[in-house]
Amino acid sequence: MNKNFKENISVVLSGEAGQGIQTIENLLTRILKDDGFNVFATKEYMSRIRGGSNSTEIRVGEYAVRSHSSNIDILIPLTKESVEHLKDTISSETIIIADMKNLKIDYSNAVDVPFFDIAKEIGNRIYSNIVAAGTILALFSTEKEIIYSRMKKIFAKKPELIDKNIEAVNRGYEIGEKIKNSGIIKIEIEKNSKIKDNILINGSEAVALGAMAGGCDSVFSYPMTPGTGVLLSLAQYSKSFGILVEQAEDEIAAINMAIGGWYAGARSMVTTSGGGFALMEEGVSLSGMIETPVVIHIAQRPGPATGLPTRTAQEDLNLALYSGHGEFPRAIYAPGNLEQALKLSRIAFETADEYQIPVFILTDQYFVDSYYNIEKTDLSEVRNENRITETREDYKRYILTENGISPRGIPGYGKGLVIVDSDEHDEYGHLTENLDIRIKMNDKRLSKLDLLRKNALEPEILGDDDYKNLIVCWGSNYETLKESLKNLKNTKTAMIHFPQLYPLNYDFKKYFEKAEKIISVENNATGQFSNLLKLELDAEIHERILKYDGTPFSAEELTERIKKAI
Amino acid sequence: MGNRIELFARNDEKEMDIAWCPGCGNFSILNILKAALSEMEEITPENMVLVSGIGQAAKIPHYFRTNTFNGLHGRSLPVAQMIKAVNPELHVISESGEGDMYGEGGNHFIHAIRRNPDITNLVHDNMIYGLTKGQASPTTQKGTVTPVQINGVFLEQFNPIATAITMGATFVARASSGDPAQTKEIIKKAIRHKGYALVDILQPCVTFNKINTYKWFKENSYYLDENYNSENKMKALEIAFNTEKLALGIIYKNEDKKAFHEQLTIYKENKEPLFKRKHNIKELESFINSKI
Ligand SMILES: Cc1ncc(C[n+]2csc(CCOP(=O)(O)OP(=O)(O)O)c2C)c(N)n1
Ligand SMILES: [Mg+2]
Repeated sequence: MNKNFKENISVVLSGEAGQGIQTIENLLTRILKDDGFNVFATKEYMSRIRGGSNSTEIRVGEYAVRSHSSNIDILIPLTKESVEHLKDTISSETIIIADMKNLKIDYSNAVDVPFFDIAKEIGNRIYSNIVAAGTILALFSTEKEIIYSRMKKIFAKKPELIDKNIEAVNRGYEIGEKIKNSGIIKIEIEKNSKIKDNILINGSEAVALGAMAGGCDSVFSYPMTPGTGVLLSLAQYSKSFGILVEQAEDEIAAINMAIGGWYAGARSMVTTSGGGFALMEEGVSLSGMIETPVVIHIAQRPGPATGLPTRTAQEDLNLALYSGHGEFPRAIYAPGNLEQALKLSRIAFETADEYQIPVFILTDQYFVDSYYNIEKTDLSEVRNENRITETREDYKRYILTENGISPRGIPGYGKGLVIVDSDEHDEYGHLTENLDIRIKMNDKRLSKLDLLRKNALEPEILGDDDYKNLIVCWGSNYETLKESLKNLKNTKTAMIHFPQLYPLNYDFKKYFEKAEKIISVENNATGQFSNLLKLELDAEIHERILKYDGTPFSAEELTERIKKAI
Repeated sequence: MGNRIELFARNDEKEMDIAWCPGCGNFSILNILKAALSEMEEITPENMVLVSGIGQAAKIPHYFRTNTFNGLHGRSLPVAQMIKAVNPELHVISESGEGDMYGEGGNHFIHAIRRNPDITNLVHDNMIYGLTKGQASPTTQKGTVTPVQINGVFLEQFNPIATAITMGATFVARASSGDPAQTKEIIKKAIRHKGYALVDILQPCVTFNKINTYKWFKENSYYLDENYNSENKMKALEIAFNTEKLALGIIYKNEDKKAFHEQLTIYKENKEPLFKRKHNIKELESFINSKI
């Protein structure tokens, strides 16, 4: 069963909630990155705090690996049940490294390591995960100095734990070296010393940091998986960066708080998931009517109702697109990778501020929970101008202008008064039932859509310039499709990814006109974006590759499905 | 003084098309509020915000000259709290009917109190849904027949005073639209209170509430004694639970609690409102790039 890994490898750790799978994920990805490998990690977990079966997949590569793989090269289970749980993804090629005796696992392609006995010798069964981490690191030939220095950072706040954990790593490492020397597993992936300076963040952090680059100074939220990650990140950064973080009593309060914040000069956001957002809809309409900006992050999960709380989906595009009663403009962004999340979350604030509308950042569970190394960011071009105007005595909040945008004043800044009303209103903001004014105001609000459309972000096209087949995707499928496209090695095929889902510039139609066959890829059952493309650009999607079982596409799976579709 | 009252009057006051019925208690509350504010030199139309929801009472900002946020039905408290939180230099009043505050906005009412934001919560309590033409509100008396509650209301009456005290409110008062002089004084104290202040203002609805009339309110309320100690919580609760005769005045007050914004870390070192702050992009960049 000797195996050599040259380009990349996927290592899966599985166990039950509470066994510290998260800890080794954090440890391993950071140490391997310090050592010069590209790393990617994504987790899959159940909606419970203890028990069940959770797993984390770590991919390590010479080139950037940024998507989920359905292939397990090495599996390290910490429970017997978690092997059962993963049986569909374990192949005859998978090598299991496990405490076979203690877990009572019977598997031919296995390396038996008494993780639990070693952990007990160190003092407690809980060290078994760290012993396993040591074994893996030895297989990658990572130097001990690199391991120790990262561990010291991770355990900086709990120095009493460091000695035992280093002992555990060392014990695991010894065994790993034996496995390596026996030739059973040989990892020969090239390292690149530049990678150690890369940053390592997940999707939630990227959205939060991007928002901060857009000037986000306040967040209002009611916890809901998977939207909570952004709230947690902002809370963590709040002290150093002066961010007001308030947990609202419900989502209705959250969005009204955010709109109140913007009205008084703050730059606020809300973060939630589909179910929580459903409660915010009235607020979206309010933002549209009073032309007070708001930024809404929705991390999608499968519905309807409570659905699958910890799984992934792209089912709430329609919800975001059609949310709120009445007709008014909005913008929807959906980052495809971490770099885009940093950028688009910032742009979301700029767009909200400039057009005075609700702006959405649409992500999903898979996106917010995955992380990988990216290059350092450069914000030197970011200007972050606040568009708030100092009011004059005769200030009219809704003065009619050429492009529909009225200068936005805030209370307490200038000599004027700032009057906003959720009823139809006149230029001053006072309630009116004058139907001529109604038409003028409705036209004014909607006219901002023309400008938004004109300035819509360009989609990105990758692959053969001279394509016959065009594969469309949005959001987190970007990196997966990119990898599939590479696997496909098919000429005449390209992919197109939309960082902005709505509105679209009618000019984007040209990308579809060139193609003979158009295929879409979405994590939902009805092809919501495919339908929108028809509506907005009159683009006909010939084949839809859809997935709605709560798990993300893997590159391998997507490659196969594209092959069939072409 | 006269000049200051005019400060809060719209300059097109004469042409205003007011949506209230003749004789409505809202007129009196509007005048009382103007009078109260005109006697508070620290407040100007420019440094205050009147936040309201939807209903007849919630239209009050439109007959006023000040910064206004007339938002959604039931949602004025979340908005008002965060206006104050992001700019503590503003004086913030959250004002609506009792259906708006205690019904649609009931959850916000409970939790706003827990935060103790430095805002004033004025509730026009006419014990009926006025704007939607006379359905029962949370404070409608048992037995009241309406076009919806055709057999008479049998739900327990909501007790805003007791609820507010129980949730830890730091200023709880009841007033009457029929007594401008005393109500004005109560409202002034409520506005000057550092923290959340509730004033439940009894108000007749001349069109839809034929039970709780001017006369009824007069006969069924009394003013707390001058020597009443409003800092005794248990005593205050006892008074709050007496719904036979409604107490008027400051029923409970606690001046020792910090206001919401005073506890926020954003104001620990920097007292400036958020909109005046410059974001340090360079610092953020190096922070992001330190996440290695
Ligand atoms: C979400 C929503 N639901 C219902 C309404 C309809 N509505 C407007 S005001 C109101 C009740 C008004 O009662 P109250 O708040 O006591 O004000 P009043 O008119 O008595 O002053 C209702 C039900 C609305 N505007 N919005
Ligand atoms: Mg009412």
